[in-house]
Amino acid sequence: MQANTQTHVVVVGNGMVGYKFCEKLVARGGYGFKISVFGEEPRPAYDRVHLSSYFDGKTADDLLMAPLGWYADNNINLYLSDPVVQIDRQAKAVLSHHGVQLKYDYLIFATGSAAFVPSIPGVEKDGVFVYRTIEDLDMMATYAKKAKKGAVIGGGLLGLEAAKALIDLGMTQTHVIEFAPRLMPRQLDQAGSDILKNQLEDLGIQIHLSKNTKQITGNECITGMEFADDSSLEIDFLVISAGIKPRDELAKKIGLEIGSRGGILVNDTLQTSDPAIFAIGECALHQQMIYGLVAPGYEMAEVVVAKLCGNQKSFAGFDMSTKLKLIGVDVASFGDAFAESPVAKTIIFENKAKGIYKRINVSQDGQYLLGGILVGDAEQYNMLLQTVNNKIVLPKEAENLILGSRGGDSDQMGVMSLPDEALVCSCEAITKGAICYEISENKVLTINGLKQCTKAGTGCGGCVPLLKDLLQSTMKAQGIYIRNILCEHFDYTRQELLDLVKLNQLYSYDEVINHFGKGHGCEVCKPAVASILASLWNENILQKGNDTSQDTNDRFLANIQRGGTYSVVPRIPGGEITPEKLIVIGQVAKQYGLYTKITGGQRIDLFGAHVGDLPNIWKQLIDAGFESGHAYGKALRTVKSCVGTTWCRFGVQDSVSFAIEVENRYKGIRAPHKIKSGVSGCIRECAEAQSKDFGIIATEKGWNLYVGGNGGSKPQHAQLLATDVDKAMCLKLIDRFLMFYIKTAEPLTRTATWLNKLEGGMSYLKAVIIDDSIGICQQLENEMQSLVNQYHCEWKEAVENPEISKRFVHFVNAPTQKDPSVQFDQLREQIIAEDWNKA
Amino acid sequence: MNTVETKWNIACKPEDIPKNGGACVLLNGQQIAIFNFEREAKWYATQNLCPHKQQMALSRGMIGSLADEPKVACPFHKKSFSLQTGQCLTGEDYNIKTYPIKVEDGSVWIGF
Repeated sequence: MQANTQTHVVVVGNGMVGYKFCEKLVARGGYGFKISVFGEEPRPAYDRVHLSSYFDGKTADDLLMAPLGWYADNNINLYLSDPVVQIDRQAKAVLSHHGVQLKYDYLIFATGSAAFVPSIPGVEKDGVFVYRTIEDLDMMATYAKKAKKGAVIGGGLLGLEAAKALIDLGMTQTHVIEFAPRLMPRQLDQAGSDILKNQLEDLGIQIHLSKNTKQITGNECITGMEFADDSSLEIDFLVISAGIKPRDELAKKIGLEIGSRGGILVNDTLQTSDPAIFAIGECALHQQMIYGLVAPGYEMAEVVVAKLCGNQKSFAGFDMSTKLKLIGVDVASFGDAFAESPVAKTIIFENKAKGIYKRINVSQDGQYLLGGILVGDAEQYNMLLQTVNNKIVLPKEAENLILGSRGGDSDQMGVMSLPDEALVCSCEAITKGAICYEISENKVLTINGLKQCTKAGTGCGGCVPLLKDLLQSTMKAQGIYIRNILCEHFDYTRQELLDLVKLNQLYSYDEVINHFGKGHGCEVCKPAVASILASLWNENILQKGNDTSQDTNDRFLANIQRGGTYSVVPRIPGGEITPEKLIVIGQVAKQYGLYTKITGGQRIDLFGAHVGDLPNIWKQLIDAGFESGHAYGKALRTVKSCVGTTWCRFGVQDSVSFAIEVENRYKGIRAPHKIKSGVSGCIRECAEAQSKDFGIIATEKGWNLYVGGNGGSKPQHAQLLATDVDKAMCLKLIDRFLMFYIKTAEPLTRTATWLNKLEGGMSYLKAVIIDDSIGICQQLENEMQSLVNQYHCEWKEAVENPEISKRFVHFVNAPTQKDPSVQFDQLREQIIAEDWNKA
Repeated sequence: MNTVETKWNIACKPEDIPKNGGACVLLNGQQIAIFNFEREAKWYATQNLCPHKQQMALSRGMIGSLADEPKVACPFHKKSFSLQTGQCLTGEDYNIKTYPIKVEDGSVWIGF
């Protein structure tokens, strides 16, 4: 099909599948194709699968499959807001809404689908929406401002996604109405649906099953719904998500064969009844089947691209296995999810307390896995799916597949037991063999690298955990020792470099890279080395040329925020503050027009400060007795406290005084990551000390010390290190713990992760810092004491040292001028940063 | 290369720009980031705007190298750009403007 003149391919529709077709055809460049694409929507193809993330922070741009520039760079003519309205099959020409006329050699229908709206009286009322495009979402968001009670018709996959959107839109009530007796009827059995229903109801969603909507009530706007069983529901917002209907109207108009219930009829190479016209994605009807998922659509695109390039490939149906997170609940269904006797034996595990349901269907002879359902915990999905698809012979105790091995010989099946042909990424059709080849032959040793060279994991992302397992197992099998060196400039781990810097008494980044590194550094090693220097010597971080090796927060001793302004957090030890100091904070905020907010760590954060105002703001704060709060540094942040015996009728010790003592002892000490602490006055634990890097809880006899706790994205409780110790012993143990952590952790690793990775874990830590098993306790204490003695308020030094304070300007050639690009919006009588996605 | 003659403008004093770091100047109404790459005795100038989230921030970024390519990393999300070509080095389709720069007669000059 190579021609002297270019073969012109016209794609009707610019959704995910239409885009993927272009990407695949472009990737086979050199075949001399010219591509033109017509899209109905105003923006290029975006990720419709993750549409609901638009309501929790993702922007339309974030969702784009590729930016506009991509089409131009690849010589694709893209016509947006311009659907094709007429096709002349004899002349092989299309006509668009705006009058563009183009001849084609091949025409690809990728028109997708529209929401199916059942003919219920009242669907035309205001406040009734479908959930399909970004425009739908924008309209929903506008209307949602005056609505409180929302409902979704449809308890399938899309309906539950829409329910999540309603919660994100701030509805006080969210209802899901499903005609069938169970949720996700195509994926789940009754028991699975029951568990999911319970989980969703716990999250505040009300589920109504076996409900047939009779009509939608209200005058112009929706005010309620009435059902066939004569019950009714008062709502003011409704999303209809009752299924999809293929966009086949244009195909029908030009006389292509259409299925009796819709969809453009295609053969195994996705050809329609006109051999020059193909249909792919949700508009295509293949073997009486419309595929409403993205992966089969991509596979169809692949088949057509192969065909146009002269290769033989056919579409042989597609596995509809799927795994997703619905409103925080994992749901998966794979293979033949409903297989029952006599074909299959089922194994079911159910834990109602934890909301977990697992079902696997095993062949009668117990040899093979046929399919199954997972609700609440779908961690084993990838392995189970692979086991089905590759017909892997099951171990004797098949229940271990979902329960894990319980003692005895391990029957667990690892990723390495998969055959090379096993399809790991079904969106991009990448096999295990292809991935392992990149790892072992081309030494691609990162997930991002694998994504780039194989495209695996770039579609739905569901296979990324499997990719990680493959990467680790393959590296291990090859005996590749994973040594976490800092970056391309330093062939050392952080711990090795720390020892070298100490031994050689180096004090600046330049000295360190000249002695032990190569090149000129980067944003990874610079802050890591700066942190090592600060942890060893505790000198002012902005001197000796180290200012430019600090991350921007440390360099300007404040936290950079949207728009380029900074926030200011004065230290308020233990959260205790006098009225006089509160007034000063208020006055400063007022004078500089700052937004004020109480932080999670019992402090006050002042936002919106121009870089040039920082020294003056701090001068006033310091004059009133404040010190730097190090909110910008990888250092001790805050020691949260409850009032303890000073006020509380339950308190058994003075937690506030101890918190202040602890905070003042460790303030300003820099570490591989930030450190948080808390002190509670009794076992009720109001200071939440067990969620901190180190936490102290008062007992009748003294204090209990916990270490290695963490909030954040992966919360973890701190573990008990010592019981009923006095204050002096408690501080001694914290000295040793922190110093051991500072000296051995990798960059940007919190104490929890460090402790998890520490070989021997908690018992090893206890051996080192309590039993002094390697004889370093005294040294750790001495090192900590010297850091404590070195403490200085770096903001006080910055304000007093003109060499430092003169760097706090936006324009060095116009020091008094502020950055004119900084703009604020107003919210609840205060400023907020301008939305950076607005323009 | 275009044939239009470069027009040189005085931007600031060399000591206004920290060694192995950057700072911003306002020139003809434009914000320009100037970098003193002292380790190689070179100077670079680019637009101050990071194209990712349209933030005036590149001058506050850390500079360094990727193999032999001198670069700056935006402080916001660590998107990196070549100081020589302006090309994004973290895999996105961004490009930033670079400007001719020289240090002469005790001043830093930027060419338009």
